Amino acid sequence: MTDAQKTTGENGEKWILRLYVAGQTPKSLAAFANLKRICEEHLAGRYEIEVIDLLEHPQLARGDQIFAVPTLVRKLPPPLRKIIGDLSNTEKVLVGLDVQPRR
Amino acid sequence: MYDTEQSPGPARIELPKSPTGIQGLDEITLGGLPGGRTTLVVGRAGSGKTLLGMEFLVHGALEFGEPGVFVSFEETPGDLVENVASLGYDLNDLCERNLLAIDHVEVSRSDIIETGEFDLEGLFIRLGYAIDSIGAKRIVLDTIESLFSGLTNTGILRAELRRLFFWLKDRGVTAVVTGESGEATMTRHGLEEYISDCVILLDHRVDDEISTRRLRVVKYRGSVHGTNEYPFLIDETGISVLPITSTGLSHTVSSERISSGVERLDAMLDGEGFYRGSTIMVAGTPGTGKTSFGASFVNAASLRGEKCLYFSFEESSDQIVRNMQSIGIDLAPHIESGLLEIHSSRPTMYGLEMHLVMLLKQIRERQPGVVVIDPLTDLIAIGSTKDVKVMLTRLIDYLKTNRITALFTHLIHTREEMAPSDLAVSSLIDTLIQLQDIESAGERNRGLYVLKSRGMGHSNQIREYRITASGIQLIDVYVGPAGMFMGTARLMQEAKERAEAQARDEEIAARQRELELERNALEARIAALQNEFASREEESQRMIEAESRRQKMIDAGTRAIERLRKADDDKKVQATRGETGVER
Repeated sequence: MTDAQKTTGENGEKWILRLYVAGQTPKSLAAFANLKRICEEHLAGRYEIEVIDLLEHPQLARGDQIFAVPTLVRKLPPPLRKIIGDLSNTEKVLVGLDVQPRR
Repeated sequence: MYDTEQSPGPARIELPKSPTGIQGLDEITLGGLPGGRTTLVVGRAGSGKTLLGMEFLVHGALEFGEPGVFVSFEETPGDLVENVASLGYDLNDLCERNLLAIDHVEVSRSDIIETGEFDLEGLFIRLGYAIDSIGAKRIVLDTIESLFSGLTNTGILRAELRRLFFWLKDRGVTAVVTGESGEATMTRHGLEEYISDCVILLDHRVDDEISTRRLRVVKYRGSVHGTNEYPFLIDETGISVLPITSTGLSHTVSSERISSGVERLDAMLDGEGFYRGSTIMVAGTPGTGKTSFGASFVNAASLRGEKCLYFSFEESSDQIVRNMQSIGIDLAPHIESGLLEIHSSRPTMYGLEMHLVMLLKQIRERQPGVVVIDPLTDLIAIGSTKDVKVMLTRLIDYLKTNRITALFTHLIHTREEMAPSDLAVSSLIDTLIQLQDIESAGERNRGLYVLKSRGMGHSNQIREYRITASGIQLIDVYVGPAGMFMGTARLMQEAKERAEAQARDEEIAARQRELELERNALEARIAALQNEFASREEESQRMIEAESRRQKMIDAGTRAIERLRKADDDKKVQATRGETGVER
């Protein structure tokens, strides 16, 4: 379920987000839906989401120090940030990703 | 992945066990940790939890053919490798040989934000991946409680931990989970609620500025185990727990006897010396030659070809060898031939337990026939009486079980006549030899007696002994009506006795001479009387003869007269003769 959207933002800032899940569980599906929604709302056109299913690629869990799923990792822009959970709290996700909400 | 079943566990009906390879721990747990289950190791920071876990894996990989995974939540793999390199374990090498996998799970709250539902499937996947990659049979999670510091939703965390331990059991790996000691609960976050198969508590206490590590198996479901607190040490070879191979007094005893190395001391002990496997204490005031007795004993044992261990807490090895040469005991050849090993260390260097664990380690490695601890007093000085008794009981049990004859020396500080019965350990001693300074007549002499010796009819006498250029020599003390004498007083007393005896002899001779004279005198008088009697007898005889001659002459005269008177009647003659006879 790799899905990526790529566009260039107004100030050239590119967001690369990686979502780690373990199978298509309700939690992972919810996390992906939430993430997609938040990105569309606040980062439209300048984000890229990479979904990694650890059941298929268990060796990748180590690299980003994943122990809980779902985990969202902000690879870019630095610094690296992690958000654990199904991303149901949009406020927290925005704070976690350090995204200025669009008003 | 699990087709290579190489567990060395004995095929008993009992719970399968996974040996840790840690000295002593396998003995306490009667074989190791519960196989395929999870063991919780609890302790404060620095109590050796990580090392215990790591040793469990390293020994498993190297000795029992069970690869293992180390999941560190605290230390980085680099740190781990460095930390155990000093113990001689090359983790990188083990990793390359696929005997070990190290995974570092970093949990830091600073860069983690939680929102909504989650689970720890990621961790499960990582563990599963690591286990599968090397076919691990063992796993260590150190310290899984770190998760609590990284995640705020403890409700989820607890549920997930419960699931994790079930999952580990499902995978059939033997797991060790470490946890920090908590205040109210055993572990800070109550891990003991989830892990109920086996719990081991590590403790690190400091009493009187001396630190002691202790280990206790709090519970072990489905297996008997030692329940005491056992001291353990961490040294250059890792963890060793003071082993208790005999928890009772069930050791088999030997009736074999071995020499004490002092001929006449053997004679005092039923004529044959100590029992093999017995525990001997030589107690004495300073300067009574305790070390010399110890050296004599190991010398004799070495000459018999037995391996000996001599632990000295006061003198260095060289010093003992030199000093013993002066009394004609040459230990150097035994050291060269490897029969004798002298270990010297300062008693204050370690705590009591550490010392005893080290003693046991050495004894275990060398398997000697004879052990000397010189002096035991120094060990006693660094622990409380209760501790000492407990520790020595274990040491002595171990020695007895292995039929090692042990000689301890014990320093008595006071000069008064005092048996070391105040000493907590005297009841553990089989043969107690008391050395004593005896001061009299301006000199100090050494006296020895066997206070007790179990199982033999030992001498009850005090012997004087001298430490001469040819070893220890026992001498009978002078015991007489005037008291007990030793040393020169003994010599003087003996001389006096000799003089007295001589005087008595002379007196008897004089009396004999006197008697002789008396007899001679009496005999002379007897002879004189006999002579006198003889002369008187002679005289009487002569008189009798003269008288009879005279009578004859008278008779003759009468007959002549009758002839002259012509007497014809014979009868008349007869009558006349009769008349005359009467008249006379």
